[in-house]
Amino acid sequence: MSLLLEVSGLGKRFGGFVALEGVDLSIGAGERVGLIGPNGSGKSTFVNCLCGTLRNETGQVRFDGHVLNRLAAHRRTRLGLARSFQLPRPFPSLTVGENLRIPIEYVVHTRGLGRLDVPARCEELLDMVGLTGRADDLPAGLTQVEMRKLELARAMAAEPKLLIADEAMAGLSHQEVDDILALLLRMNQDGVTIIMIEHIMRAVMQFSQRLVVLVAGRKIADGLPAEVIRNPEVERAYLGE
Amino acid sequence: MDISFSLLGNAIVSGLLLGGFYAAVTIGISISFGMLDIVNIAHPAFIILGSYGAYFANSQLGVDPIVASLVLTPAFYLLGAGIYEVYHRSFERRGDASMRGLAFFFGLLFITEVVLVLVFGVDYRLVRAIYIGPSLHFGEIEVPLRLLVPAVASLAMIGGLYLFLSRSFIGRAIQAVAQDQGALRLMAADPVRIKRIAFALSIATASVGGAILIVIQPVEPSLGREYIGRVFAIAVLGGLGSFAGTVVAAMVLGIMESLTATFYGPSWSPAVAFGFLLLALAVKPSGMFGR
Amino acid sequence: MRGKHFLLAAVAVAALVFGAARLVNNGYVFFAGYVVLQYVVLATAWNILGGYTGYVNFGTAGFFALAAYTTVALEKLTPLPLPVVMLAGGLVSGLLGLGMGYLTLRLRGAFFSIATLAMAVVAQTFMVNWSFVGGSSGAFAIRPPRTALFGIDYIQYLFLLMLGLAVLVIVVARLIERSRLGDGFAAIRDDELAAEASGVPTLRLKLLATALSGAFMGMAGAPLPYYVTYLDPPSAFSLAYAANTIAMPLIGGTASWPGPLVGALLIATMQQVATVTISSAVNLLIVGLMLVAFVIAAPYGIIGWFGIGRPDRRRGRKRAVPKLRERDA
Repeated sequence: MSLLLEVSGLGKRFGGFVALEGVDLSIGAGERVGLIGPNGSGKSTFVNCLCGTLRNETGQVRFDGHVLNRLAAHRRTRLGLARSFQLPRPFPSLTVGENLRIPIEYVVHTRGLGRLDVPARCEELLDMVGLTGRADDLPAGLTQVEMRKLELARAMAAEPKLLIADEAMAGLSHQEVDDILALLLRMNQDGVTIIMIEHIMRAVMQFSQRLVVLVAGRKIADGLPAEVIRNPEVERAYLGE
Repeated sequence: MDISFSLLGNAIVSGLLLGGFYAAVTIGISISFGMLDIVNIAHPAFIILGSYGAYFANSQLGVDPIVASLVLTPAFYLLGAGIYEVYHRSFERRGDASMRGLAFFFGLLFITEVVLVLVFGVDYRLVRAIYIGPSLHFGEIEVPLRLLVPAVASLAMIGGLYLFLSRSFIGRAIQAVAQDQGALRLMAADPVRIKRIAFALSIATASVGGAILIVIQPVEPSLGREYIGRVFAIAVLGGLGSFAGTVVAAMVLGIMESLTATFYGPSWSPAVAFGFLLLALAVKPSGMFGR
Repeated sequence: MRGKHFLLAAVAVAALVFGAARLVNNGYVFFAGYVVLQYVVLATAWNILGGYTGYVNFGTAGFFALAAYTTVALEKLTPLPLPVVMLAGGLVSGLLGLGMGYLTLRLRGAFFSIATLAMAVVAQTFMVNWSFVGGSSGAFAIRPPRTALFGIDYIQYLFLLMLGLAVLVIVVARLIERSRLGDGFAAIRDDELAAEASGVPTLRLKLLATALSGAFMGMAGAPLPYYVTYLDPPSAFSLAYAANTIAMPLIGGTASWPGPLVGALLIATMQQVATVTISSAVNLLIVGLMLVAFVIAAPYGIIGWFGIGRPDRRRGRKRAVPKLRERDA
């Protein structure tokens, strides 16, 4: 298995507050990794540093043979690193189809591999996430779970190698969680490496081949899910002393 | 050597006093832009409105301009509350505060300016008061009362606002709304009402700021535009929303402008403010991201 | 309508306008028409940045007047044909836009807007202090009675140039809307973070929009000295330019090119007709009140009433599909 993502010694401070410190993480192509941690443990900062929304102060991120450190967020997306946002951020004045058109035009078409039939590709993506026939709707008309699906479809429209799903299931019903879970598993079967950040443990345990735990900006555990959750340090972090 | 030293000393003293006055015209922006995230670019126009209020009371009734402006603050407060109500209903609540909200305040800016032109004409207006003219002398340093009284009035107003914000329940609620609206809801306070009070207060300061302005220099309707660069530069460099920072930044700009005026000529001072603004944007952006 | 057809139609409309104006053959028509066309250019140029990317430029007067002063300076240095001078003015103002953008576009949108307001004041300060272009007392520009090129009245020549520029800016604006660039601008306007995550190079696109918008404003300002024949800082940097240029797209509608066009034609024509009867201050007051009324009550502007550019009335919008090629991926 070849390495897709190699994070070493990642650190980030906000003023005096240490958000991340010395985080190492290696992820192989095709893996399904769960990333968990209590609120404020640095998960979002970690994602933002990987995706270029924030600049890490120390350490290095290597992705698919490239050093990402100084690259702008859009360059990272073009290299194949896509994310969905914790709170869905669709382009509100654009229709669902137009939302998907942005990454197709600005990522897929910039890779020099020719142009896609955009409407057909949009339909394909919408079919995949279960939003068939909704291309002309505005995001404002979507339900909560449909908004999450659009968020994932837009990330997938960039044809990524690695997808970071940032709490794609928060606030959804049991059935809806299963829907999104099935969707992410299908994406993984199609060859996309996925990091799932989630609070819903049922989903994380079902999905992950590997589980990584962040607490107070440090990685305290990394291994098989069943072993990691029995790790006393993890139990302490979650349940208190 | 001696002459240039006393020039320098005088420039610094008048710069400090000027800075005290700049703090008064900026404090409203520190509240609206810094704490409430409302980009009220019309604030300088309301300052000029305050100047004309003081001018009217002074020329028609012979009242001291600063006293008159204090009497007028309730009217400005109501004006501010009304503007916030429209702003909130039309833009903030619709989540469309950026482009149309800015255009709204820009519209208010030139409506105010044009109305003043139509009512008072384009000529410069000034006020009479006993402290306009005489100066205190400390050796070679001259302190004109025309600058000293406004600076003292300004610092008194800012001190009063500071006490209000840190001691009263509503003041603390305003500080809370600046941090996090959700937290305020938990306190069972209505964030819209709190923001309305805070915004109305910011406009009320324009009454006093305007009176101070017309004490310092003659005023015409479009003068406010010269202050836009200044007030936003001070508010940003002062660390949006911080009163102490605002006063310090205002004094720094005052001294820089005063030195420029002394050694290069007064027609260059608007350019100083712009340089200051660019500096503010270049140095401070870290604090402004994510807001 | 395809690009070429639209260009032909726009040129045909322009030819009709010029023909009709010649037919009336009244100097005032050209004189007033020039101002209307100038505002069509300014409003459309403003909208390329303001309407498409959502960044509000309050400094129209700065971009516009700086190019006018470029003309004054060039006239003193070396005689050049007016179209070349317009390009030079466009270049100067385009670079100004690029510089402003580079300094402030990494920040929140409001800072860019505040900086443009301050920029106009500072540009005016520099012109007041620069005696080469007349300083505070102003400068005269001698307008030749006729042009060598067409042998027509100089005012007709100015009118024709501004008409051509109006066609150009509208064609460019429409081209942007229908291209990838327009999608990128819209993504920036809606959500910059999500735009970056979707691969949109936001900073580069914003700089492009600022430079393009500034350049067109400059090209509209370059002929001004020959139109007014006497240029001084207060009139060149008049608040009216900034106020009208923001009001026109917002009243007409910012989502698509017909918005600024309709807004400019309506307001500028109204002002040209009304200057005879009411003062320019009352004129500005009306524009201000209309601007505030529209942003509050009609966020999609006049074109929104006809369903143009309203996201909620855009179901099934058709787009030209680019020619397909087999992908090897």
